[in-house]
Amino acid sequence: MKVIKIDKNQWTQGVDAARKSYQLFGPVKIKENYCFAPLQGTQQPDMNVVDTVLSPKSAVFPQTEKLLSATLDASKPAHHLMKRADTDYSPRAVIGIRPFDARAIDLVKLNFDTKEYRDPYWCDAHDATTFVGLAVNTPSQFDFSTSMGSGPFDEKGLDVLLVDTDSAYLAKVITEKGQAFMACAGFDQEATPDDVQKIEALKKTAEQAITTKVDTDNLKEKSLLDLHQAPFWDDVAFSCINCGTCTFVCPTCWCFDIQDETKGNDTIRFRNWDSCMSPLFTLHGSGHNPRGEKTQRVRQRFMHKLKYFLDKYDQGTMCVGCGRCVKSCPVNIDIREVCNLMNAYEPQK
Amino acid sequence: MPYPVRIDDIEVATEDRSLKTFTFTFLNPDDEVAFDHKAGQFAMLSIPGKGEIPIGIASSPTEKGFVKFTVFRTGVVTKALHNMAVGDIMGIRGPMGNWYPWDTLKGKNVVIIGGGFAFTTLRASIVYMLDPANRANFGSIDVVYGARSPGMLLYRDELFEWEKRDDINMHITVDGCDDPDWAYNVGFVPTIVEQKAPKADEDTFAIVCGPPIMIKFTQPALQSLGYGENQIIMSLENRMKCGIGMCGRCNIGKELVCKDGPVFTLEALNKTPREY
Repeated sequence: MKVIKIDKNQWTQGVDAARKSYQLFGPVKIKENYCFAPLQGTQQPDMNVVDTVLSPKSAVFPQTEKLLSATLDASKPAHHLMKRADTDYSPRAVIGIRPFDARAIDLVKLNFDTKEYRDPYWCDAHDATTFVGLAVNTPSQFDFSTSMGSGPFDEKGLDVLLVDTDSAYLAKVITEKGQAFMACAGFDQEATPDDVQKIEALKKTAEQAITTKVDTDNLKEKSLLDLHQAPFWDDVAFSCINCGTCTFVCPTCWCFDIQDETKGNDTIRFRNWDSCMSPLFTLHGSGHNPRGEKTQRVRQRFMHKLKYFLDKYDQGTMCVGCGRCVKSCPVNIDIREVCNLMNAYEPQK
Repeated sequence: MPYPVRIDDIEVATEDRSLKTFTFTFLNPDDEVAFDHKAGQFAMLSIPGKGEIPIGIASSPTEKGFVKFTVFRTGVVTKALHNMAVGDIMGIRGPMGNWYPWDTLKGKNVVIIGGGFAFTTLRASIVYMLDPANRANFGSIDVVYGARSPGMLLYRDELFEWEKRDDINMHITVDGCDDPDWAYNVGFVPTIVEQKAPKADEDTFAIVCGPPIMIKFTQPALQSLGYGENQIIMSLENRMKCGIGMCGRCNIGKELVCKDGPVFTLEALNKTPREY
């Protein structure tokens, strides 16, 4: 694999060069918090932020997204016929995405790009995007990515992995998309074997810095029904206020709602992020609700991430260990504890 | 993308006017070919500006030139649909989900059990099985169908036509009736199933579709007649948005009602957390 050395003095210049061909997304400060957002004008990504409040999932899965549009004006041709909304799918690049977030986008792809159906909105955005990742040298206290099939230097889902060595970035060029981005930014100085060794050393240090260990090894063989009927769900859900923050900040939460909105004769069908924490999520037209109780919804979230997804795709859990939900939960519900509970659960016979 | 369709006929289906049957024609003939469904599947009815709703397809694949849906007025979209007129343009997205297991049912006796307005895909199934090209593929056909009152039965004209035929055994029932001329059964569906449905043997399968309470009590009735878990086939519903397994809400455990269902055997359902 090609490794390119980028002197930090040349970084800004390279970002600006790439900006001519790509719409850039990166970590920026919005009000008090850091989030991934499109970079405006000459704005630079803040490469020192380890955990943004929101994941960069919105780069391919906007919080609200136009799907279809139509005119209701009966005097116009093709009235009441819905057409795909115009969306810009020109090349874009997410700069500074952390490895666990790139891994998350890779997992979410399993949902949107299937053998039977391809979600054109998500997939077209994904195809248009180059993921220029940044390895995590100093993991936060919430990071448990090494337990969840990812890690601070994980390359899955990335096109380029940047490693910060103080004076320079060492860029592992993983895909052709990544190569094209580097060429566009004018980064072409090959790294020396000494540089490449630095990457390994930093990787080892970072992985060792993650001290939280979550056990997932038994989840696969546990019975889905046993876990579903386990007695601990009421305790887990007890303090939950169903605020939905966990689903909002989660890089792998993909559930969405579809709504129509009309202004005058112009109507738009769009989708919004949705949350399994809301009773409305599953409410039937009749008033019946299969997950009307809080415990059922909390259980659904953890079971989906740690069991249903695992059983369905056999590609690990649908949690990448970013720690955002642990950090943001107002009542301290901790997926690490729940995962350990599930992993250790033995039904009373 | 929804196929554009035109409403060709609207028929009030029940005496309380809460259900109407809509007949749609595809604006583009190619779309009708593409919309190649099997009895038991559903589709999204799409009204621009209002939204989409998942509804079982009430017409049989053997009926060409149109598709039919019977819709209960309950929410924003169904209300808008009930207020639409013949000639209006809207969309249909589908067909979606799986269907009753017609390959398994080949050469078998079939008992259809339905209640209330969940009779739509069962109508599609009966019309499909009674089609001259298909009738020989099935053994005996029994139908237990119940509603609150005679006026709440769907497809009444067809029901009474089928009553006259000798290749299908109809057991129509109502919960209650003050019409002294009512010539059929009175009683809840599970009771009539116990009294009238054939006893199970290896070659007999039951298809059940109805409100949760009917399904709950029909299950023991069928089991007392000897039906095994793999011989009881049920059609479910859950809140849906996408219909193609992506939006995440209709799951029962790891099964998605929209894509892995809506048709499940009782055997399969017993392996799920039954959140429906």
